[in-house]
Amino acid sequence: MNWGSILEQTISQAFGVNAMVFAMAVIGLNVHFGYTGLLNFGQIGFVALGGYGLGMSITIFGWNPWLGILMGLVYALIFALLLGVPTLRLRGDYLAIVTIAASEVLRILVRSTTLAEWTGGNTGITGFANAFYQFNPFTERVYDFGPFFFTGPNLFILSIGWPLVLLVTFLVWQLMRSPWGRVVKAIREDEDAARALGKNAYWYKMQSLMLGGVIGGLAGILLAIANSTVQPDYFVPVQTFFMWTALILGGVGRVWSPIVGSMLFWGLLTVTDGVLRGFEAEGWVPRWLMNASQVGQIRFMLVGLGLALLMIYRPQGLFGSREEMMLDAR
Amino acid sequence: MLLLAAAFALWLIPSVGMAQEGEQGVRARVLADDSATDEREPVEGVAVRFFDQGGAELGSEVTDAEGIAEIPLPSPGIYQVEIDPATIPEGLSLPNADEVRREANVQAGRFATVIFQLVVGEGDGGARGTDITLRRVLQLSVDGVKLGLFLGMAAIGLSLIFGTTGLVNFAHAELVTWGMLVAYFFNVLGLSSLFGFTAGWPWILNGPVDLISAALMAVLLGGLLGWAADAGVFARLRRRGTGLIAQMVITIGLSILIRYIYLYMFGGTGRFFRSYAGQQAIAIGPIAVTYKDMIAMTVALVALIGVGLTLQLTRAGRAMRAVSDDRDLAESSGIDVQRVIRWVWVAGAALAALGGVLLGQSDVIRWDVGSQILLLLFAGVILGGLGTAYGALVGSILVGLGIQLSTLFLASELRSIGALMLMIVILLIRPQGIMGRKERVG
Repeated sequence: MNWGSILEQTISQAFGVNAMVFAMAVIGLNVHFGYTGLLNFGQIGFVALGGYGLGMSITIFGWNPWLGILMGLVYALIFALLLGVPTLRLRGDYLAIVTIAASEVLRILVRSTTLAEWTGGNTGITGFANAFYQFNPFTERVYDFGPFFFTGPNLFILSIGWPLVLLVTFLVWQLMRSPWGRVVKAIREDEDAARALGKNAYWYKMQSLMLGGVIGGLAGILLAIANSTVQPDYFVPVQTFFMWTALILGGVGRVWSPIVGSMLFWGLLTVTDGVLRGFEAEGWVPRWLMNASQVGQIRFMLVGLGLALLMIYRPQGLFGSREEMMLDAR
Repeated sequence: MLLLAAAFALWLIPSVGMAQEGEQGVRARVLADDSATDEREPVEGVAVRFFDQGGAELGSEVTDAEGIAEIPLPSPGIYQVEIDPATIPEGLSLPNADEVRREANVQAGRFATVIFQLVVGEGDGGARGTDITLRRVLQLSVDGVKLGLFLGMAAIGLSLIFGTTGLVNFAHAELVTWGMLVAYFFNVLGLSSLFGFTAGWPWILNGPVDLISAALMAVLLGGLLGWAADAGVFARLRRRGTGLIAQMVITIGLSILIRYIYLYMFGGTGRFFRSYAGQQAIAIGPIAVTYKDMIAMTVALVALIGVGLTLQLTRAGRAMRAVSDDRDLAESSGIDVQRVIRWVWVAGAALAALGGVLLGQSDVIRWDVGSQILLLLFAGVILGGLGTAYGALVGSILVGLGIQLSTLFLASELRSIGALMLMIVILLIRPQGIMGRKERVG
């Protein structure tokens, strides 16, 4: 069993495209849930709209690539408005159900042959990423330094994406220290009290939903450029659940938790995968218990089990404080 | 309720024993819906290819004047049938381009029939009829009520668990899959496939049993799983004072865990119950219903009436409704709330399991059915009003009708969208649901 290669893969994944996209999307989720207390279970819908806004604008409509990025963000913004209007006046668990339902509606729509003319049906959209890769300075196929191992195009998107993640983290941190952030956190703690002080809780929640949604859309744009494609089958609800796992792992309502949580999530996922595959290849696991094709299934079981156990025994995650984040219905 | 189910068992047994000795095989029928005459016409000259489960091609045939292409097979099992879209005559097309390949479950000594229904004109991703006929509306309504009844059985538990504990259970659909898989295990594999020494022991302990016995086991083990979920996890969480949102996230984790355990144990292929694939439909007036669907709908109705009577007339049922209505008031009037919640879990899970068996016999059995129906359950429960038992049923039937009738206007691949949009619209105009009370929304 090659521990060196497992370590290299793990570290590369922790800093890789998946972790970067997750970090961005989870910052949005943190704005929703961590700071405002909104139960958004449809974050993957915002990510999808970011990607589709970009892909449709460039490939289907032939617009300018920068306009494509703008459209990705606009789509996410409109989605937030559409979701917020019916649900933000209701109790939190309604928002949870409606957001997950809306993200599924979206996935079924973009996947359908009815809309294939605009969304590419079940094969998705390709052919928009070259507009961005023409600026790629990393022309070699593979870059291997120290424990990191990235392809040239990946290194390009990472060198843009991670600084962007840091920038958005900084902005969100500053925003949450501002008067606006204090109102939003007050709504999280006690919506009635915030209303009694004359704050329009509905509108603040709507703004928070839009902000977090646009950050999710940005994650989708990064994902689309990194993969050079948008695939409808990526945007399944379980991805939102993984994002929640990453958020809770890092600690809900903390500045660094989206980044730390996403890197940990993808690192842990890769290390379990590597170790399980290693065990399987060495024949240390009896065949009836696990074969090579079941490694992925066992990995998902561990994610589900991990999410449940984390929520039971350490709901504040690694860095959260239990006092600040007593998760409860509101 | 058990007696009635047993009566249905007796009714079913002859149809199980009807298998004739002889050759088994796969038969593909290619039909076209002629909207002008409302008749199904056979389509000749379409190439059909047959594969085994591993994907190896077994042979190919061209449909005859009856629209039939068939090959004999050496052994029973799951086979795949693929229609060659290039050989479909001008002017006809497959409604859903994804569906060129279908699965067939071949029984010993029988021909399994797979029907490919073509539509006039270009397929637009679903069987959208060219026009709306009374026959289609009636047929789709029956199909919708059927789906709604099956979903409703699961939705009642989901709604009552919410009503009594405030928990939105994202893992509820896994209880439906559980019923399906347990029934499949007893119906097709049999207990002796797991514990060889029980072979030759009576009934359930022996090899594969008939579907009714398997369904009974599914209901029993479903109730047991519900009991275990509450006793092992959720009662403890309530005692720890874990918040409702945290509990909800825990159910999400559990649903991922359970779903992949199903995949691990069961594999990714779709399966069918023994002896119920490909029955001939019986025409009742303008609508066609298969015998097994009529039985399934009757079972669902009887079970639901049983639930209604239990809730309405028995002490336990009244206690359940009381706790669901106002937990503190119920507790202060001397009801043991924790016990009632335990029973709600047991009954809700058992009902969900029965719903799973009925869904499984009308459709394919897969490990990820839960992810496909969870949102439909939510839609039904929210439509009817969170926390109400009858509302969940009414809402589910509306969801079933909405799904089926929306294919009149929409491509069938978009059909579940109608139900989900209906849920969102209801939240806009009447957030407490059709039968909910206003103060629930909070």
